[in-house]
Amino acid sequence: MTRPVLSTHRICKSFGALEASKDVTLDLRPGEIHALIGPNGAGKSTLIKQIAGSLQPDRGEIRFMGRDVSALDTVARARMGLGRTFQISALAMEYTVLQNVLLGALGTQGNVFRFFGNALKDKGLRAMAEEALARVGLLDRATDLTGALSHGQRRLLEVAVALTLTPKAFVMDEPMAGLGTEGSARLTEFLDGLRVQAPILLVEHDMDAVFALADRISVLVYGQIIATGSIAEIRENPEVRTAYLGDDAI
Amino acid sequence: MTRERLINLLILLLMIAVPAWAYAVDEPFILTLTTKVAILALAGVGLNIALGLGGLISFGHAAFFGIGGYAMGILASHAQSYTPMMEWPLLIEGTKSMPVIWLVAMLTSALAALLIGALSLRTSGVYFIMITLAFGQMLYYFAISWPAYGGEDGLSIYVRNGFPGLNTLDPLQYLILCYVVLFIVIFLSSRLAKSAFGLALGGARQNAERVQTVGIAPYRVRLTAFVISGAVTGLAGALYADLNRFVSPTMFSWHTSGEIMVFVILGGVARLFGPVAGAALFIGMEHVLGGISEFWQVFLGLTLLAVVLFARGGLIGTLAGREVAHD
Amino acid sequence: MSAILLVEQILNGLQSGVMLFLMAAGLTLVFGVMGLINLAHGSLYMVGAFAAASIAAATGSFVLALVAALAAAAVAGALIELIVIRRLYARDHLDQVLATFALILILSEGTRWMFGSFPLYLDVPSWLSGPISLPGGIQYPLYRLAIIVAGLAVAAGLFLLISRTRLGIRIRAGEADREMIAALGVDISKLYTMVFALGAALAGLAGALVGAIQSVQVGMGEPVLILAFVVVVIGGIGSIKGAFVGALLVGLTDTLGGVLLPQLFALFLDPSAAATVGASLASMAIYILMAVVLVLRPSGLFGERA
Repeated sequence: MTRPVLSTHRICKSFGALEASKDVTLDLRPGEIHALIGPNGAGKSTLIKQIAGSLQPDRGEIRFMGRDVSALDTVARARMGLGRTFQISALAMEYTVLQNVLLGALGTQGNVFRFFGNALKDKGLRAMAEEALARVGLLDRATDLTGALSHGQRRLLEVAVALTLTPKAFVMDEPMAGLGTEGSARLTEFLDGLRVQAPILLVEHDMDAVFALADRISVLVYGQIIATGSIAEIRENPEVRTAYLGDDAI
Repeated sequence: MTRERLINLLILLLMIAVPAWAYAVDEPFILTLTTKVAILALAGVGLNIALGLGGLISFGHAAFFGIGGYAMGILASHAQSYTPMMEWPLLIEGTKSMPVIWLVAMLTSALAALLIGALSLRTSGVYFIMITLAFGQMLYYFAISWPAYGGEDGLSIYVRNGFPGLNTLDPLQYLILCYVVLFIVIFLSSRLAKSAFGLALGGARQNAERVQTVGIAPYRVRLTAFVISGAVTGLAGALYADLNRFVSPTMFSWHTSGEIMVFVILGGVARLFGPVAGAALFIGMEHVLGGISEFWQVFLGLTLLAVVLFARGGLIGTLAGREVAHD
Repeated sequence: MSAILLVEQILNGLQSGVMLFLMAAGLTLVFGVMGLINLAHGSLYMVGAFAAASIAAATGSFVLALVAALAAAAVAGALIELIVIRRLYARDHLDQVLATFALILILSEGTRWMFGSFPLYLDVPSWLSGPISLPGGIQYPLYRLAIIVAGLAVAAGLFLLISRTRLGIRIRAGEADREMIAALGVDISKLYTMVFALGAALAGLAGALVGAIQSVQVGMGEPVLILAFVVVVIGGIGSIKGAFVGALLVGLTDTLGGVLLPQLFALFLDPSAAATVGASLASMAIYILMAVVLVLRPSGLFGERA
């Protein structure tokens, strides 16, 4: 079995009496889309934050690209190639589409402390940015203000920003949220093609997207992973059915 | 040409026309007043780097204004009394040379900004506002209680410091000197805004989390901006002290911090010429309204309140509309 | 320095601390419940003092003066809330800072317009003047002791209000989740006005009480405001407990620092240098304390952990 790109080992996180993550162990293998599903309040956001580095687990380990990154913060993990998109698009809303992606390119390229020279005219940054925009199909909207984009386009923009990191893995928090049927369909198609570039850990509520994309699914309930497996395995799993549909469903 | 560019051009023309007229009709007081506007505008440009570009609401920028002023005061007072500042281990004498004073003012302000910023930027939101305010006050009380340089009464410098090749006592020449400094700084700060650093700083202002996830550390970017901002405001402080040939703890007070912020807001936050417009408006009000009533600050307060509640973009924002240059 | 003097200074520190608490409590409540930073709080302190001085001069009664201070500050607070503050809740902190700074200008210069620049006088009433003998042979001004008692009583009353009454529950709920209490049918506007007026009343009371030992003049609220900010930062925004602990810490540090630091330096510097250095450091002592607290706990002692 190939080594996972990203993995968590027995992550535990409590907020006072609330155990948001209990012994969470999962991994992300090369070329796969691994969906993380679970009812509301299961602790998915908390888990994502710990994987991304904005929250520190109380116990447990997180490994990325073969290294223990548990002690590293978001910035360091981003530099290692961990791409991330947010449930509520986190973009610089006053900037243009191009400026947002340039920001991504800047972060990767490394040297932020250049005080002269026009960032928009920097050939290296621009090339990276435009390539990423082209991949998501937003190149023609480069000079538009981010605020003017639709929800779906903003998601794509976020993916474009993540692409500039030459990512080794993506962590996506409910990318389908707020998209209509057409937007979801297009994003689903796009993500399908994205997995060859880097595997995706996909937190999602939209089951159509999950069933269309996932190679494996993990189910998180009350902070614990109750099952991990293929789509078929999860569909048949009695515990999962109980968690989603209640005791009477069996 | 965008509307903002047009307005900036207009402001530029006014800035040349007013002193030209004052010189022609021999009103040196107006020249001095214009110089005051230019220097306060410079302080505002400094603050704007932290506030407008960086989104850092520093209510203690008077700390740097005061440090710059006292750098001038201390160096010049030692020079004018012919006593060295320090004899052992190094001989440090005072100086009345503006370029040296400016360098010292900027370096000490930058150092102070580094220390204050390093601590304050660990906090955010309201805490940041309050802690910067408190640091400004700390320096204020220190200046009052340190008797060597005048304490509460302040320090007078009898003769304005010198700049090679100029007669700085001549109001017009000092005005032109301050103008040159102001425009160089405005030019540099506009380059800064468009640079990679400016992109990152603006990104951190709008969404710090986003910036982190692309591998940029907001703290370092903000601290750098804060230091640059402090240095510029410090330079303004030195120029201001030279204008008045007087330095006092009031330069450190939070009212001063508030006033610098008022210039920036009245003119328009993050607008290139915002601080110039704001300072001109402020000094204009002080001069005109202050002549009518000694309680003119009530009207300043009302104007500020009106701007905050109804005309958020300040003078330039209101005139130029929503467009912000994206070139 | 003798033990008696030390105890006296500690009591002075406590007195200054409880007055700071009255200021800081209002500030931290308004921030905790409404998310609003209010620079004009010091002006309400001033309004209370001026009201007290005016009524005391007119009626000769100190008690009436205090009542007037509470009423005037509360009314002023409510009016300001209704006319200006209301529009700021949805705005960002910069707008709040600038708008309330504008209020300071208006209120300060407005007061100077009405009353002139000369200080007013508010005298300690005869039944509270003079020293009182404390155990250990200490003579301490009765009035200052009364202030300490009054301040502690207010603190106790505030704790009871917050923890035992309906208003208190609404305040605590409002601090935790603003949108939720609106959804639960609590009249937010009224609640906010009441909280603001309550904070104002506390500030006005402090102004009146202190006005009798210092002078009543325009701008008297500003140094206190800054100190109150330091207290709130040290204690943690939104926490009354933090405001109490912070206020006592700041009051004691300020008072004791001013007395002890010069003495400390006198041990190895000559007297005049010691006095100078000591006094300078004392004036900065509180800010150094604040910096130390923030390095260890960026959200204050009792504030929410980020």
